[in-house]
Amino acid sequence: MSLFEAQNISVRFGGIRAVDDVSFNVEKGEVFSIIGPNGAGKTTIFNLISRIYNSTEGKLILDGQDFTKTPPNLVAGMGIARTFQNIELFPNATLLQNLLIGRHCHSTVGLFSQLAFTGATRRAEIQHREKAEDVIAFLGMQRYRDALIANLPYGVRKVVELGRALCIEPKLLLLDEPSSGLNVEETEGMGFWIEDIKKDLGITVIMVEHDMALVNQVSDRVMALNYGKVLAMGSPRDVQTHPEVVKAYLGGDLEDAA
Amino acid sequence: MRYLFRTDYRQDTSLARHGGDLFWYGLLLIVMIAFPMLLGEFYVGEMGGVFIFAIAGVGLMLLVGYTGLISLGHAAFLGIGAYTNSVLLARGVPFVITLPLAGVFTALCGAAIGLPTLRMSGLYLAIATLAFGSIVGTIFQKWSSVTGGFDGFAVPTPTIFGVGLDGATGIYYVSLAVLIFVLWISANMLRSPMGRAMVAIRDSEVSAQSMGINLARYKAMAFAISAGMTGLAGGLFAHYVRFLAPDAFDVLLSVQFVTIVFVGGLGSLHGAIFGAIFVRLLPQFIAIVRDDLPFGIGRLPGLEPSLFGLVLVLVILFQPGGINGIWLKAKHWFTAFPFKRQTSSRRQKSYAKSERLR
Repeated sequence: MSLFEAQNISVRFGGIRAVDDVSFNVEKGEVFSIIGPNGAGKTTIFNLISRIYNSTEGKLILDGQDFTKTPPNLVAGMGIARTFQNIELFPNATLLQNLLIGRHCHSTVGLFSQLAFTGATRRAEIQHREKAEDVIAFLGMQRYRDALIANLPYGVRKVVELGRALCIEPKLLLLDEPSSGLNVEETEGMGFWIEDIKKDLGITVIMVEHDMALVNQVSDRVMALNYGKVLAMGSPRDVQTHPEVVKAYLGGDLEDAA
Repeated sequence: MRYLFRTDYRQDTSLARHGGDLFWYGLLLIVMIAFPMLLGEFYVGEMGGVFIFAIAGVGLMLLVGYTGLISLGHAAFLGIGAYTNSVLLARGVPFVITLPLAGVFTALCGAAIGLPTLRMSGLYLAIATLAFGSIVGTIFQKWSSVTGGFDGFAVPTPTIFGVGLDGATGIYYVSLAVLIFVLWISANMLRSPMGRAMVAIRDSEVSAQSMGINLARYKAMAFAISAGMTGLAGGLFAHYVRFLAPDAFDVLLSVQFVTIVFVGGLGSLHGAIFGAIFVRLLPQFIAIVRDDLPFGIGRLPGLEPSLFGLVLVLVILFQPGGINGIWLKAKHWFTAFPFKRQTSSRRQKSYAKSERLR
């Protein structure tokens, strides 16, 4: 059984079908990339999976469990973590606090216990801290631990956002353009981290990405979208040489246009 | 310069960061306890007023400074607390019960106003809370069988375990105790998941939601806790003024609370205290210098509100960190002496602004 399955999902914004009857499944331990020109509906699919948008039709299934109608704040608890294309960290909090917010879905201490900061709260806090510290060590962010996010460079923030998603301890990680805004070296580093996340942590990854080098480096399978429809799905090489995909990126040849 | 060398996660979860904190806060506490023995009734009364405003300021700080929700209706919460406490006290309920009840009842009112306004933010929330404030003000006026209406309401003298709190000193100590309690609750909240959830909501709602934070629940809780603290302040305020009139809880008082939060410094509990000191002492300062001002400025009507407004605008324009920001900079200057640089407190401009999902 696949870890994640999208069955015929569609979403309409007014007259525009941003995602049109898209189906795919992601196996456990796989890195699945979604590519496509701007406006193809890639990020919209992410917003559907993280339940920020309601799908007009179709079903979303994680581990055999239908979550098409789950409220967005319960998605993290189910084991789905995501990053955002333009970084949505909490800029006026420290890196450590950002990671600890990622632990929120694992906090079970009651309100009054928190207000009095009882022993139970303290123990839970220390446990969360240990997990966050593991992530800091994994991503090598020790020197920024107490820095405000607002004072960190863009490349580091991108890694922090990845770390915050890892703090959720997800089964499925959604990476929305992990390389956008990064230089060549940072993009390469991001590629290694994605490989480590897959191999060492065993987390399944769905990634939206434009950088084909990164896609080729890490993906097991690729899906190409255009105008909300699936153009091709398969190994990175097959998808990139698929005539429909080439046409979507480079335009049709002259005979077609005529 | 102090460098914190941390060897245990426990250090990060404890309230005092190091021995210096314990020493200075302990010293402050001793001075505050000894204060009424050293100074006269007038100063004790003024200081009590500062404490009461600081309690409400801490409550509003949690809402505005940490959760990012504005409220222009906190005077109404103060009023609800004041009337709840006084009406119950007049019916013979002991003070040790009426004061907590005032807090709890106001917290419930806060949750009730918080729930319908959850989908609002910014200006719309400000207007909604403003409307709430004026509705509550009207209720205080019209429900005269309980509140005494425009005739006012003489607040009975409270007693704690047989000791009457008729002078300024009694209220001073109760207010100090409540302020410490409120600060303790707030500090606990801010170092636990609840406080972090609030900060997350303030900084990015969409990603807070993706982290598993229930926006509606936490916003309503923030409203309730903030209102509850303001209600406690209201209960004490009733004894501070000793006579409740409905027009005491108008929008001008709400603006004073907002001034506490902004002038004190958004996003810090210290700021709430600094702000309360400022707001309570500025009128006294004006009263002292009023006669010595040239060209008859001192006799102009509306001098006080305009000065409040001017200071609020100047702080927002030139000192967004408020008094707490100045304090932190001063502290940095001393700890880093003589290595303070022109740029050390200047925030870097960020050119990568995110497009927010709404």
